[in-house]
Amino acid sequence: MHPILKLLVQRIALGLLLLLAVSAVIFLGVEALPGDTAQAILGQQATPEALANLREKMGLNEPPLTRYFQWLGGILTGDLGKALTNGADIAQSIGQRLGNTLFLAGCAAAISVPLAILLGLTAARHAGKWPDKVISGITLTTISLPEFVAAYFVIYIFTQLIPIFQPVAMVFPGMTFWAKLNAVALPVIVLVLVVLAHMMRMTRAAILNVMQSAYIETAELKGLSPMTVIWRHAFPNAIAPVVSVVMLNMAYLVVGVVVVEVVFGYNALGQYLVDHVTKRDLPVVQAVGLIFAAVYIFLNMLADIIGILANPRLRHPK
Amino acid sequence: MNDKHKQLDWMVAQAKQGRMTRREFVGRTTALGVSAGLASALFGKAVQAQEAKKGGVIRVGMQGGESTNSLDPALAASEVPFQVNMTWGEMLCDVNPDGTIDPRIAEEISSNADATEWKFKIRAGVEYHGGGTVTAEDVVATLKRHTDEKAQSGALGIVQGITDMKAEGDMVTLKLNAANADLPFLMGDYHLIIQPGGGVDNPAAGIGAGPYQVVVNEPGVRHTFKKHANYFDSTIGHADEVEILVINDNTARTAALQSGQIHMINRVDPKIVDLLKGVPGVQIKAVPGRGHYVFIMHCDKAPFDNNDLRMALKLAINRGEMVEKILGGLGTPGNDFPINAAYPLFEDTFEQREYDAAKAAEYYAKSGHDGSPIVLATAPGAFPGAVDAANLFAASANAAGIPLQVKLEPDDGYWSNVWNVAPFCASYWGGRPVQDQMYSTAYLSTAEWNDTKFRNAKFDELLLAARGELDTAKRSGMYSEMAQILRDEGGLILPMFNDFVSGVSDNIGGWVDDPNGELMNGRAQVRCWLNA
Repeated sequence: MHPILKLLVQRIALGLLLLLAVSAVIFLGVEALPGDTAQAILGQQATPEALANLREKMGLNEPPLTRYFQWLGGILTGDLGKALTNGADIAQSIGQRLGNTLFLAGCAAAISVPLAILLGLTAARHAGKWPDKVISGITLTTISLPEFVAAYFVIYIFTQLIPIFQPVAMVFPGMTFWAKLNAVALPVIVLVLVVLAHMMRMTRAAILNVMQSAYIETAELKGLSPMTVIWRHAFPNAIAPVVSVVMLNMAYLVVGVVVVEVVFGYNALGQYLVDHVTKRDLPVVQAVGLIFAAVYIFLNMLADIIGILANPRLRHPK
Repeated sequence: MNDKHKQLDWMVAQAKQGRMTRREFVGRTTALGVSAGLASALFGKAVQAQEAKKGGVIRVGMQGGESTNSLDPALAASEVPFQVNMTWGEMLCDVNPDGTIDPRIAEEISSNADATEWKFKIRAGVEYHGGGTVTAEDVVATLKRHTDEKAQSGALGIVQGITDMKAEGDMVTLKLNAANADLPFLMGDYHLIIQPGGGVDNPAAGIGAGPYQVVVNEPGVRHTFKKHANYFDSTIGHADEVEILVINDNTARTAALQSGQIHMINRVDPKIVDLLKGVPGVQIKAVPGRGHYVFIMHCDKAPFDNNDLRMALKLAINRGEMVEKILGGLGTPGNDFPINAAYPLFEDTFEQREYDAAKAAEYYAKSGHDGSPIVLATAPGAFPGAVDAANLFAASANAAGIPLQVKLEPDDGYWSNVWNVAPFCASYWGGRPVQDQMYSTAYLSTAEWNDTKFRNAKFDELLLAARGELDTAKRSGMYSEMAQILRDEGGLILPMFNDFVSGVSDNIGGWVDDPNGELMNGRAQVRCWLNA
């Protein structure tokens, strides 16, 4: 087997193992809470008989290990159960909202990643001069603003001063792609402002680090233009740290944007999770928790693999 | 044209756009020298001139929705499910803004002489969204479902008093365990939406006989509806479609209204009302409701067992200042009894109690209080602005020579350790649909929540007698007498009633201030229309 293939299989297997461990932790965490699901459903109406009946019906009398594997089996077959609060099918509710979460994260990433790298390269090229200072200054300002403050600024500018976008960013099935893009414009702007600086600074730092190397001097002495030196010789060797920062930010865009969702009324997973946490709707919390964990593990694994592939020493082991 | 004419024309135009209430209009036009009768007639004509327009999509943006909401009417507890259910559901009857009963599914309502047995004649041919018509059996099945503890209905307390329900032909007969002349008002409770088969099989199906049928139900996000083609009442339900969007964030909701993305919003933040008033295309509707903020004294504990001292404190509070500073002007001064014009059978014959330092000092001297500090307990969570209100009260009382002191308590445990325990504290009430319920909950001698420890035999007697009194004129008389007793002898200091504050686009026609609930008691999207 090719060593790279072996490495990939190893990483993926490790990722799956980690996910399994996370599922066990989530299950145990919920088990450790005082009271059980039946009590949570019945609340004040919990008479001993009603509790016994409901426990029987929901299979809560089985030992925890059996229930863990039943839950796991349900997840693998796409059956996440029903929400306690309104009886809605969880898989169905999550399906559409996960799609919306990924759409928003995808749009924000499609703009912010290339922009951050481009700005990072430019800043590295002019390190210490005015373009570097302007880029760093602006992006550090936007990252320092709390998301909701940035969101209010953006709402004020683009719906009141220059009314070109809508303040409420809900998307629905049946909307055209362009209508959806138009709807999410404001949250995307906010998210880009928030994640830009981190990726830009990392790109700049990684490239400046590589620029100290002897082979860069050689390239310069060959008479290559500074931008070519950076793009052809410095950037490929700076990819690994940049990718891991990009992936961290992507993970944030998927799991950490609940504030932005609330401000723009965007119907995605974060708001869904928060609503159900406040009502102690445990099956939903378990399911969404697992999805968020899976996203984190997957993106980190991806960063790892890209890092390996980008590194010649790892690609061609002796 | 002279100035007066110009002003009059301007006011008529304002009234046409629904920017002025009848009271405002009459008050301002009579100031110009127009007779009150003529002014009232002018107002009627101006308002009539608005003609309902059909079609379009009315969009409402609201706070108070979660993704855990259900369409089961029994479970409705927050603002969005209420508004949603009022769009697709229909009850036996509604309460009109003027406090009269609007028969809906019940065509006629009657009772026996002592109000212990009620008959509801079911309107013929009222169709459900999925086909089929409303029957008397459906009504009984619906009410039965709400009596079942498993249904967890918010109307359990209302239906518990019904001992027997019977459906015969188109007639529903309800027997009560005690006389209750208010039963029709209670049947207008928003939980008691009539569902096919009582909604036993699938309570959250969202199938009813209301003006719109559910198209999309995404709890916590949006609810969309289309017109129910065979709706029985052609005078309401003007728009083709209705959308209710859940926008919990204050700023986003306001911005969406300003930008025209939606037509109405609930819960406008009082702090920004003055700013919004200057925005073109947006109107602020501040509608007096039944909720009120109170300071309560225990009538059975010294020094509050002395009515002269209670009266001194009642005269030492500046109600106008409270409404201005605590409610930002969005409320009305209270009169030390918990009823206002938002209640049915209310007679507005009471003199408004005002701040009078001299009289307060006189009563204080008469009470013979020893001059030791009178302690008022309060906490930030007692009601919004409770600490500021208590400090204002203390300042105005001190000016009258009454040694009132504010004691700040923590929010944590306030409702178990201070309210109903400390002899003098700040609190609030949300109000009840009818006067009887409000008085029975908190002012009857034996009530568990009698938080002023008010015990008055005459008051109790009137309250019980009024329950079985079917002559409404006599009943309002009895309620007025009770209010007078409470106002002059009770332990309740009620400085203010707070308003429902909504924002409505100029494009909306047909708005009527409804004290029964927010956004025209949940029906604004059904009763209003789009002008363009």
